[in-house]
Amino acid sequence: MKHLLSAGDLTRDDAVLILDTAAELATVTDRSVKKLPTLRGRTVVNLFFEDSTRTRISFEVAAKRLSADVINFAAKGSSVSKGESLKDTALTLEAIGADAVIIRHGASGAPHRLANAGWIGGSVINAGDGTHEHPTQALLDAYTLRRHLRGGRGDLAGVRVTIVGDVLHSRVARSNVLLLRTLGAHVTVVAPPTLLPLGIQTWPCDVSYDIDSALPDADAVMMLRVQGERMRAAYFPSANEYSRAYGLNSDRLHAMRPDSIVLHPGPMNRGMEISADVADSGRSVIVEQVANGVSVRMAVLYLLLGGNMKGQG
Amino acid sequence: MTALVLRGVRPYGEDPVDLVIEGGVISAITRPGSAAGQVIDATGLVALPGLVDLHTHLREPGREDAETVETGSRAAALGGFTCVHAMANTDPVADTAGVVEQVWRLGQKAGLVDVRPVGAVTTGLLGEQMAELGAMAHSPAGVRVFSDDGKCVHDAVLMRRALEYVKAFGGVIAQHAQEPRLTENAQMNEGALSGVLGLTGWPAVAEEAIIARDVLLAEHVGSRLHVCHVSTAGSVEVIRWAKSRGIDVTAEVTPHHLILTEDLVAGYDPIYKVNPPLRTHDDVAALRMAVADGTIDAIATDHAPHPHEDKDCEWAAAAFGMLGLQTALSVAQHTLVDSGLLDWRGLADRMSVRPARIGGVQTQGQGLEPGAPAHVCVVDASTRWTVDPEAVASKSRNTPYASMELPGSVRHVIFGGVPTVIDGALA
Repeated sequence: MKHLLSAGDLTRDDAVLILDTAAELATVTDRSVKKLPTLRGRTVVNLFFEDSTRTRISFEVAAKRLSADVINFAAKGSSVSKGESLKDTALTLEAIGADAVIIRHGASGAPHRLANAGWIGGSVINAGDGTHEHPTQALLDAYTLRRHLRGGRGDLAGVRVTIVGDVLHSRVARSNVLLLRTLGAHVTVVAPPTLLPLGIQTWPCDVSYDIDSALPDADAVMMLRVQGERMRAAYFPSANEYSRAYGLNSDRLHAMRPDSIVLHPGPMNRGMEISADVADSGRSVIVEQVANGVSVRMAVLYLLLGGNMKGQG
Repeated sequence: MTALVLRGVRPYGEDPVDLVIEGGVISAITRPGSAAGQVIDATGLVALPGLVDLHTHLREPGREDAETVETGSRAAALGGFTCVHAMANTDPVADTAGVVEQVWRLGQKAGLVDVRPVGAVTTGLLGEQMAELGAMAHSPAGVRVFSDDGKCVHDAVLMRRALEYVKAFGGVIAQHAQEPRLTENAQMNEGALSGVLGLTGWPAVAEEAIIARDVLLAEHVGSRLHVCHVSTAGSVEVIRWAKSRGIDVTAEVTPHHLILTEDLVAGYDPIYKVNPPLRTHDDVAALRMAVADGTIDAIATDHAPHPHEDKDCEWAAAAFGMLGLQTALSVAQHTLVDSGLLDWRGLADRMSVRPARIGGVQTQGQGLEPGAPAHVCVVDASTRWTVDPEAVASKSRNTPYASMELPGSVRHVIFGGVPTVIDGALA
């Protein structure tokens, strides 16, 4: 595998290998010297056309822990509206010898173009494209689920995950539905009908409009960020109504199994899709997701740039 | 003056004849080998009346980097056309007598096809104020087709008034049917695939709802309506219903909507980005049937040249549109003739006779009869060719058919009695 563009491109074995690799690399974080020499001399570019401090920092830390040279290229504001910018930026990165380009872009499919248009020769990692996908987020979510629900080994066979929120606009939801299904989990997505894409019935998941029916059986619930602008575009009548109908509060948390966990890709709208007490409760693994993100991204960089687990200790 | 003889040619793919052209008209149709004059050997080739395109973007004035009237005329001639309708969304917009006259004169200067300017319905294509339709109609350009193509005349009152107003000079409103609110930021056909790809959907209902409204408006005011680039099975049903009611509506479909489907979008290559978007297999099948049964009157290219940089980018940043002039006849042959849905006479009806009538072009689409103006397209229907973007005559290269093998190549074209294309090259 050369690129990571879609979670749907990963087989079960690919995904399990990434998670296993991440688990091994996570031990680096516990050392006093948090660094492996693996990618010394390799150049990794963070190409971010959208603001995303947490994802960019996560990739940056991951690459640095593998001793790669990291270049942060914040392209926001440099005329994304004019199409040349992506191509010209790509040609620039190619000229300086980027081994991997991590791209966050507002246009769905931009990483595919970067990987397939013949502009660059290095690996492309999708760090979130428009309303399409965010595969490393799905991997870190799977890693977190596996750690809590499967003892950190194997796949997610039989695990029941409920994803709630703006599925229509969510790249996190798309990648998670694909990856969790590949790993054997059973996924239910919950949203008001206006925030579900046409054709959702063809996705490998169940669909519900009712959060309360989708919580009692769930091993985990993943709350998606709902942006206020959706309200102005008439996807739902008001923030209050959304919060009442689809928000995760402590009453709903109580209706869930006591060993179930709560995920959120961040950044959260506290009081909107998730109440503060739930976000800060012991069942919330939201902060841990961030830490796991570094390990998973280390694993992806490591495997894509030709690393080999054998011989590492 | 010597007669021009197309020797052994088969009009509409029927029995071979000598087709004799003199003084700009077809002067005689005689037994093969019998006529004398300047002979072009066309043995076994199919003769069609010169093709008429109702929907061509020639980009001049304003975007001469993408196409000019001259380069577009070359592409048209090489594609078998003797008449094209130049769309109004130029810069400046063709919303005054001055601009349409300029385009018309540039067409005359190029001299390869009849360039019939289309006038904008509203000033600046803004959908607010009716443009001076009468002035454009009465200019030397003699505009008869009015369209805000690229934009929909979505204001119902403005659409009604335009439909009424052009009756005074036998004009027609060609509507780009796209409900604007339902298609804000739309990128591709809305369906399961758009959901998976995370591209904002362009729902079929946004086209069908406007067509339904417009046919009812046309009925109400007793006007003629033309629907541009119909792309969905539902639109076909609405138009079929309207025609069965006696409503004076005509419709066109593009070649690409007869052959390409939305599946091509999956790789995010903007060469397939077009408006209206590529639809489903069911839509393609319904559109082919509609051309065959006459519900759709015309095949119109929506030839939309774009410079390389407007396609060599991410999907959302790319321009809508694809080339069509040099591949239209081949795609039509493949999808309609070779599939058995239409014979050549039927195809000539949809690509010459009816579009000329819709556009009010009296000197075109008169068929291959003695006395008809000598606009003739001669095709070798038995060959196949591979589309090479580098070889197109258009100034742009954005053909979606690169490397695709298509049947039928245009060998000769006669425009007003004068050869514009001989042996597949400009004369």
